[in-house]
Amino acid sequence: MSDILYQVQDMHLSLPDRTKKRVFGTAPMLEILKGLRFDIHRGEVMGIVGGSGSGKSTTGRALVRLLEPTSGRVTFDGTDITHLGDAALRPLRRRFQMFFQDPLSSLNPRHNVRGIIAAPLKLHGFDNVDGRVGQALEQVGLPDSFRHRFPHEMSGGQRQRIGIARAIAMEPDFILADEIVSGLDVSNQAQILTLLERLVADLNLTLGFVSHDLSVIRRLCDRVMVMQEGRIVEMGDVSPVFDTPQDAYTRELLDAIPLPDPDQDWNVA
Amino acid sequence: MSAYLAIDDLTVELNRQVPLLRGVSLSVDVGKVHGLVGESGAGKSLIGKSVLGILPDALTVKRGSILLDGQDLQTLKPKIRREVIGAKAALIPQDPLTALNPVRRIGPQITRRLVDILGWTKSDAQARALELLDEVHIPDPERIMQTYPHELSGGMRQRILIASAFAAEPKLIVADEPTTALDVTVQKRILKLIREMQDRHGSALLFVTHDLGVISKTVQSLSVLYSGRIKETAEMRAFFASPQHPYSRSLLAATPKYTDPQGSLLPVSAEVTQTLDQEVAAWDREHGYV
Repeated sequence: MSDILYQVQDMHLSLPDRTKKRVFGTAPMLEILKGLRFDIHRGEVMGIVGGSGSGKSTTGRALVRLLEPTSGRVTFDGTDITHLGDAALRPLRRRFQMFFQDPLSSLNPRHNVRGIIAAPLKLHGFDNVDGRVGQALEQVGLPDSFRHRFPHEMSGGQRQRIGIARAIAMEPDFILADEIVSGLDVSNQAQILTLLERLVADLNLTLGFVSHDLSVIRRLCDRVMVMQEGRIVEMGDVSPVFDTPQDAYTRELLDAIPLPDPDQDWNVA
Repeated sequence: MSAYLAIDDLTVELNRQVPLLRGVSLSVDVGKVHGLVGESGAGKSLIGKSVLGILPDALTVKRGSILLDGQDLQTLKPKIRREVIGAKAALIPQDPLTALNPVRRIGPQITRRLVDILGWTKSDAQARALELLDEVHIPDPERIMQTYPHELSGGMRQRILIASAFAAEPKLIVADEPTTALDVTVQKRILKLIREMQDRHGSALLFVTHDLGVISKTVQSLSVLYSGRIKETAEMRAFFASPQHPYSRSLLAATPKYTDPQGSLLPVSAEVTQTLDQEVAAWDREHGYV
């Protein structure tokens, strides 16, 4: 088993630009990712950060193959998954899971928690489904009685925990977390981050953590890549990137973060 | 002479049963910026909505008074109240996309209020709109007046709403999470713009946000809310130097701070929330809610 889980080489990805689409005819293609190259190691939390439209979510989606790269190569645990079809991807789907941004729209309102967590387990032929549901709930710090609750009977933070439980119950090799704390209050955000830190340590998770919030990235991630307009402008361990940013755009992002400190110099353009 | 906006003992109920604001008192004077901070459900937006008279139908003001420029809004007839609020106060909303009408051009959306409500002539309103778009640093205002909201970026749309809020020179502006939907770099520019406009027009600004980082860049004083109760009101610098209430300290420790990854983003302790909830329950008993 190699230490490198993901190997991405010269990944390009284009999507149809619907704002330019004529009433009849096809929309022109717009290049979103312009040649990315990076690795993700096993047991590592990789932060992907950038402004809106930088391609950070698209990058994440290409990793879990919700989008197909136009060119380049994406290798997952030694397998080239760049252009795999649906059928070939299906057995791999268990191995990469997602935490979603909005827990309300990503949990089926008609199913209780047990049904929500059990559905993918059954689909992938796990045994002892009930036991695994209980274990997943325990891991995210919710009492077992929650298995009978429905999404509307829980708070935002609790729903976010259910989404996390559903993903980790699958024992995945990689989890994509796309802006998972941006819809939460500061106190809930702090709780979910504490939980994630514990899970990363206990379960040795490999995480792709997409966020626009550099403070959250610094707290949770081992490495970070900063994206701007479909390119990686800076990549490295979090401490050096934050303490001595090399790229002008990274510095601009850092300077724009409002710290809870009235003395922060915020007047530099 | 009292402050331009003075709220006293404001209590707002849901379905005439459940209190959502529990005896809130605060004041903001012209030329000043006051922040309202709290988690979702704390009632910070409700205060703004009560002032602007745009509470949803299920909510009613049970007790207390809202004095705007010396007039008690609760004692006015609805029609008069709308006119008073319309002339003296305005809102900068959270989501610039839903606040703009998608099928109308930008120009008429700014001028309409001036023409329909304040009775300006069309050409005066037009001239004023151009002047305002220039003030909020929108390049080529004449062209922008002809565009539709979907053609503009989020930051651009928020600039337009800011221009439109200041259009009739209201002396009170309520900004309800005006930068939550924006990118950090855009947020920074918009916050600066809001302060610049407030300063130039000398308005009173009530600034609602859940982000203490944003608060430290925008206000002179602030109130911290929990379950519709004000827990602490303080001058901004004094608040960050030494927050008095335990909940304020918890909120500060929960606020992300990339310069201090281990000392920030700390969860609010169960002990603190328990005490807060007991205080709320005690208030409810005292005021006849069970």
